[in-house]
Amino acid sequence: MNTTESFGELPVTPKPPLRRFHQARWDEPIIFELSAPGRRGIAVPEPGAPRVELPDSVSRAQPPKLPEMSQLHVLRHYLRLSQENLGVDLNIDVGQGTCTMKYSPKVNDRFAAAIAELHPLQHEDTVQGVLEIYWRLERMLGEISGMARVSLQPGSGSAAIYANIAMIRAYHAARGEARRDQVITTMFSHPSNAACAKTAGYEVITLMPDAEGLPDIEALRAAVGPRTAALMITNPEDTGIFNPRIREFVDLVHAAGGLACYDQANANGILGITRARDAGFDLCHFNLHKTFSTPHACGGPAAGACGVSEDLAPFLPGPVVAFDGESYRLETPPASIGKVRPFLGVTPNIVRAYAWIMALGAEGLRQVAETAVLNNNYLMHKILQIPGASAPWDRRRVEQVRYSWQELSEQTGVHSEEIGVRAADFGVHYWTSHHPYVVPEPFTLEPTESYSKEDLDEYALILAHVAEEARRDPEFVKGAPYNQTVHKIDMTPLDDPKEWAPTWRAYVRKHLS
Amino acid sequence: MTHPYIPNAESGVRAEMLAAIGASSVEDFYADIPAELRLARPLDLPAPLTAEHDLVRHMKGLLDRVTDTEQALSFLGHGCYPHHVPAVCDEVNARSEFLTAYAGEPYEDHGRFQALFEYVSMMGELLEMDVVNVPTYDGFQAAGTALRMACRYTERSKVLLSAAVSADKMSKLRDFLAPDIEIVLAPVGEGGEITVEAFDDSYAAIYLETPNVYGVVETRGRELADLAHAHGALLVVGADPISLGVLAPPASYRADIACGDIQSLGMHQSHGGGHAGYIATQDHEPLVAEFPSRLFGIAPTKVPGEYGFGDVYYDRTSFAHREEGKEWVGTAAALWGITAGVYLALMGPQGIRDLGETILARTRYAMDALAASVTVLHRDAIHFREFAIEVPSSAALLDGLRERGIYGGVALDDRTVLVCVTERHSIADIDLLAAAVQETL
Repeated sequence: MNTTESFGELPVTPKPPLRRFHQARWDEPIIFELSAPGRRGIAVPEPGAPRVELPDSVSRAQPPKLPEMSQLHVLRHYLRLSQENLGVDLNIDVGQGTCTMKYSPKVNDRFAAAIAELHPLQHEDTVQGVLEIYWRLERMLGEISGMARVSLQPGSGSAAIYANIAMIRAYHAARGEARRDQVITTMFSHPSNAACAKTAGYEVITLMPDAEGLPDIEALRAAVGPRTAALMITNPEDTGIFNPRIREFVDLVHAAGGLACYDQANANGILGITRARDAGFDLCHFNLHKTFSTPHACGGPAAGACGVSEDLAPFLPGPVVAFDGESYRLETPPASIGKVRPFLGVTPNIVRAYAWIMALGAEGLRQVAETAVLNNNYLMHKILQIPGASAPWDRRRVEQVRYSWQELSEQTGVHSEEIGVRAADFGVHYWTSHHPYVVPEPFTLEPTESYSKEDLDEYALILAHVAEEARRDPEFVKGAPYNQTVHKIDMTPLDDPKEWAPTWRAYVRKHLS
Repeated sequence: MTHPYIPNAESGVRAEMLAAIGASSVEDFYADIPAELRLARPLDLPAPLTAEHDLVRHMKGLLDRVTDTEQALSFLGHGCYPHHVPAVCDEVNARSEFLTAYAGEPYEDHGRFQALFEYVSMMGELLEMDVVNVPTYDGFQAAGTALRMACRYTERSKVLLSAAVSADKMSKLRDFLAPDIEIVLAPVGEGGEITVEAFDDSYAAIYLETPNVYGVVETRGRELADLAHAHGALLVVGADPISLGVLAPPASYRADIACGDIQSLGMHQSHGGGHAGYIATQDHEPLVAEFPSRLFGIAPTKVPGEYGFGDVYYDRTSFAHREEGKEWVGTAAALWGITAGVYLALMGPQGIRDLGETILARTRYAMDALAASVTVLHRDAIHFREFAIEVPSSAALLDGLRERGIYGGVALDDRTVLVCVTERHSIADIDLLAAAVQETL
């Protein structure tokens, strides 16, 4: 079956084996093309006071060329664009491995909206309820990670990674060990671990996987020494493999005088099972939008949390919330690295994450972990039945798997990215992996706890169908998409300085004038 | 019990799935986690509120213990601003399709790419610059990255920073620019503007904000741009975009990089949770190469006339090259970019100008009203939205006002209070503040 645009020819009964889908297509113009002089979308209050005359040196000479539109037309434009977008609420979002796409409970959005008119610099007496949420969530995440103290200030997981490396730097500096100028990470840890360490001034050493798919412990042994500031590692890594020797890794780094920092972006499958501190880690971070269900919002606003041992607690970004038994107050740790973000962090997401944990409790978190792992292994079982699909390294997986289409690609010439584009024709998202592609023709699936068995069956069926299409008619798969808002995009101008157009004004200048 | 958020927690389906895999229990999948790392007890967490009603009641109990800026009359600003948020902004950013999406490809997430392209394009018009990033975390991060971009571009490692920057932002910049960039502070002159006493070829950039931390509009941008350029350095300007309907955009006085926060463009205060950062430059390849964040661009599809979108110059990023990319990129604050786009489209050129004029006029009105009882600092300067007053005791004034149901401002130090006035403050609100200040003193 080639699902093309002519849906009228498909049978209604019996139902076709795959869901018929077509993304909305509105031929929606670029917003500037909708502008008509003199229209406006909202009126603002009159000054009610004498106007201020500005000197030429600071006065805007020409009005900005913003679109001129009435309110309905702004709304309609954006609602059409929203329809041309998939979110967790609409699709079986298991195809963005490493990102833990899960259901964000709608009720939590209401709690977030309830703090819309709070100002972050209100007197503490006027925000006790919110400070209590901070205090309680800090302790919950402390319990989940085993860490002594937690800061909820960072604006995302990567910002929390940066805050952790800044604390590591401050810790060594305070001990007169500024000569420690190397950070060790692993190839399957998120790129931000390497990139944040580099931004903070460190030389980065990357451990590659050994024959078993684990970070090479011999390479670690060779790398650690008096220049080691820290190990920054994800476990399970983005392959889905949990490193059973993780305690040895931590001990090796500690023996060399370095710190061990745990990226817990992949914590969803180990909640209540194992904890960062219990493996000896000094610092860790969580992505509240991954593990604790705050919505991903097209790429943020996110929120991050840093957990640290007693030794690192003085360096936490400030302020943190203190409780004297009666009221909640803000305090700045004595050797704080300072602010990593304005105010106290992304409070709406702090509120959502708190509510999510409160809805689940200890037993619920364990159910989350176990179900995510069960779902992952069930999906792996289904995917590995598809001819041409494989999962490198014959090891157990926790909450996700990095798969490979190497065999299929060699046989058909169809690449993983093309399979993903074609899979989208059936109403699901699919992602390859971060570069560089250490696993050839990779794709990474992470089902989480949110999806049903029927969802997982459907997703596997879609991939099986596309793989079969690739064998039968590779050019057809390469020509995808067919059911999307737009057709195949020519990406080459995006890398050419003479052609690229990062804004409409650049496009008009380069291509329309 | 099957939790409402976890369909496959139901025991029947679990058994069916385990049987399909050929596993005896979920424990089998955890065999790689050594016994000594296993938590041998349940997590010590409060009992779950599984019923949504119980959760709502619990959360309401906590969230009722706040008094927000609609219940009190608030003049708090200092980086988080109480501008009116049009209902259409809320409608769009609450849509499931945007709110719960993440990293979809340009096909199935065409809407997100277009909405973000339109946001950066409208910012480009406001700023008169051709390149604007998909939002970074906040204005603090935007300033830090803009300065790092300037240092990488000029291959220098010293920046001259206006001292009229908030203490919190300065804290972030000191941490972020360490260990390799030296910060030299340019003092604030009597009029409230930056003063540059010495500058030479060792600097990568001059950084100033307008309006600055005192609400003062800097008037010597062109002069400072010329000074920076004469020494091979860049002028980096932090500008609140909401002021640019009336104030000259930094590009018009030849700033090389503009940066700042977009919270004022349609985001609620949300206890400081509504921040996102922008960075903008002209379309100059070596400078574009220094952006760490994503840039979305327009591209043709195989159907003539159809617009597609994708990442511009992806090779810059850590997604592509890990530590060899520029700084890092990750989940930041994209939805606020879409929301700011909605805001700018609603405003249009006339709305953004009207808004600026109202804020300018009311700020001046408030300064005059308060000058009857306190010292208004930098009174001859042009102010946008904020101004500083000097009082015998900041704490005493603010406590006294709070007793009257007014959040009077932010204490910058023991004797200086920053007062914020936007289009949301009526003349009557301002008169009320002035009277309450007089009574409190």
